Amino acid sequence: MKRDCDKCGKPATVHLTEIADGQKIEKHLCEDCAASEGITVKANLPISQLLEDFILQTASREEMADLECDVCGLTFAQFRERGILGCPNDYDAFEPVLRPMIERAQEGAGEHIGKVPRRAGTSQKRQNAILRLRAQLKAAIASEHYEKAAELRDRIQEVEAS
Amino acid sequence: MKLADLTHSAGEWLRGVGPMHDVVISSRIRLARNLAGVPFLSQCSEDQQRDLAGRLREEVLAAKIAREVLYVDIGAARELDRQLLVERHLISRQHAGASHPRGVAVSSHETSAIMINEEDHLRIQVLRSGLDLREAVDEITRMDDLLECRLDYAFHSRYGYLTACPTNVGTGLRVSVMLHLPALKMTGEIEKAFRAAHDMRLAIRGLFGEGTEASGDFFQVSNQTTLGKTEEQIVEEFLGEMVPHFIEYERRARASLMKRRPVAVDDKAHRSLALLRSAHLISSDETMYLLSLVRLGVNVQRIDDVDLKTINELFLLTQPAHLQRMLQNELSPEARAEARATYIRQRLGSG
Repeated sequence: MKRDCDKCGKPATVHLTEIADGQKIEKHLCEDCAASEGITVKANLPISQLLEDFILQTASREEMADLECDVCGLTFAQFRERGILGCPNDYDAFEPVLRPMIERAQEGAGEHIGKVPRRAGTSQKRQNAILRLRAQLKAAIASEHYEKAAELRDRIQEVEAS
Repeated sequence: MKLADLTHSAGEWLRGVGPMHDVVISSRIRLARNLAGVPFLSQCSEDQQRDLAGRLREEVLAAKIAREVLYVDIGAARELDRQLLVERHLISRQHAGASHPRGVAVSSHETSAIMINEEDHLRIQVLRSGLDLREAVDEITRMDDLLECRLDYAFHSRYGYLTACPTNVGTGLRVSVMLHLPALKMTGEIEKAFRAAHDMRLAIRGLFGEGTEASGDFFQVSNQTTLGKTEEQIVEEFLGEMVPHFIEYERRARASLMKRRPVAVDDKAHRSLALLRSAHLISSDETMYLLSLVRLGVNVQRIDDVDLKTINELFLLTQPAHLQRMLQNELSPEARAEARATYIRQRLGSG
């Protein structure tokens, strides 16, 4: 018999029978609701993300939750609760846990290659120019624009030598 | 320039022209910026927040981002004026409702605004009519450069511009367009379009941004990724791939409706116009619903005696705060419904 999801009414694909205190409880859930209840994991999530979620969950519960920024006093546990950081230094103070979160939220990217404030100094600008060129190089190779890739490679060497 | 000057007309960005204006109402770009050496706002003491608001006000005004700039101290503004700024998309709902010292600087014609002490110390935004992101990004870069000459921004060698919420880090750039998608809604294809948007890592929100439901026929679509791409890349991807999909889907849905059910479209559009021209009591929601169908009727050339500018203006000027400001009176919802209907009849003629 086809059942609808107990929570949202969509067709149920996960059927669960639990026996607790001698009582039989049946649950019928769709994929999304089952995943959000923690009963199943969604099949289409990449394995790396699943691992990361697992690490984050266990890590943040234990020692990571105690991470504290010595500049603004925010703890990692507080950040998890609010979703808002306390000061620029938090990006370094929470780096080990924050980095995977950022990468996950940003299509896997972990480095800025855009605009640099003039006051950030030339070394910073150079560093980002190289990063930007490298990203362009990667894209050029991926799209098989080899002439452009060769040009970019030369420019990277130039900037690195300057 | 005074706040009261804003009440009687719509901002430049609602004038109903600009590229792709049949589907794209407006384009918006914002940058999130924070000062180096100062905690983000939530971790600031009250004194620090007050100092920041004062200092940033001075610096923003001194940077001369536009020939004429109106500064509004949001904390000291009346509730109605705060609501007015929200309705005009010049400040966020969160900014209006907060309780710490904060403000907004608005350029003449309202094509740009800088929120001070929102989630980030500075939220710079540029608004344009139609799909006009390239020009908008040039303008916002110019404003950012002017401010950067005076301020030290929090910047990280790895993560770029640092923001209070890590989902904005990197460029701090959020690009959004407001789309009018009545035909996709009518043909039931909107869900499909949303799923496609989700796959392209776009966020979809309601008319007034974050936290508002995507209801009615108006949707804000924006990028979610702010790190690992240049500002130009973000804009070009948005402009080159993402937005054209929506425009194409909507135009196709309109064409198909006109082919299959032209009488039904005529009926909906003209019936809506007739209702707007004859109602004596009308809610804000009903107004939006009817105006949306009239706008569709104009865009598919079935209504020719109303222009897009008037419709776009009515979307804004019939909102609660605008109505009350226009009538210089705080009104009950019932009295607003009457005033709204009267104003709409004036603007659209009684047919």
